[in-house]
Amino acid sequence: MSKQATKRELPERSEEDKRAFKRELTEVVPHLRAFARGLCGRPDMADDLVQEALLKAWAAQDRFEPGTSMRAWTFVILRNAYLTDMRRNRFRGEYDEGVAERILTAPAGQEEPIHLSDLHRALLTLPPERREALLLVGAGGFSYEEAANICGCAVGTIKSRVGRARAALSSMIQDGDIPDRSIGDPAAHRAILQELDEVAAGRGEAAASSK
Amino acid sequence: MVPPKEDKQVATPARKAETCDTGEPDWTSGLKRLYDSVLDEPLPDSFKDLLSKLDQNGAK
Repeated sequence: MSKQATKRELPERSEEDKRAFKRELTEVVPHLRAFARGLCGRPDMADDLVQEALLKAWAAQDRFEPGTSMRAWTFVILRNAYLTDMRRNRFRGEYDEGVAERILTAPAGQEEPIHLSDLHRALLTLPPERREALLLVGAGGFSYEEAANICGCAVGTIKSRVGRARAALSSMIQDGDIPDRSIGDPAAHRAILQELDEVAAGRGEAAASSK
Repeated sequence: MVPPKEDKQVATPARKAETCDTGEPDWTSGLKRLYDSVLDEPLPDSFKDLLSKLDQNGAK
């Protein structure tokens, strides 16, 4: 029992509602995969995470309000699953260079100033709360307000996180200096876990996060 | 007219290296591309299986 303000009667779902839920959930899967890939870097882990989130979303479908954004709602679920898993598994910012190289190739004929795989690696060196903020706003196209809702924090906080993330990436890319967030570095490892705790403390409440 | 310097492997884009017209760093388009590249992937069978299983269980 945390917040009674959000407690209210859930309307009975019609068959039509259920079909619509399923349809919308299906449509949003590619977005969940893209968000998860950005969060955790490894495609296999990302897909596992999405499957977990889909199951949770399905189980919690009565709490989805028809007409609201399925993408935002499921992103909250995905994000919370990510935080939970990463803390449980003692996430170490693993990054599968080979796989990323294969998957993140720029489309032919479009020469990028930097390789997408470098960009992705740089992204993965960011603290998780900045990474997710940048992913939501910069890649997912969410507004600051939507991103703040998803992360369960103030709009100003999101703006600041995105700003810091952008500055960090810009400087890494400008200097051509994209550090590995090393698994073997205990200090970095501890820092990541600490960050995860802080991020988790601000987890969004807009969705099925309590169970 | 500035001649394009595409032969250089310095990987400098045609426009300014650091920011484009909107003041956004150039790599921001790469960030979207990163995201969109996953959107464009065909959905693995494991997801199709999962989604169809949801249907069966949810029918009750």
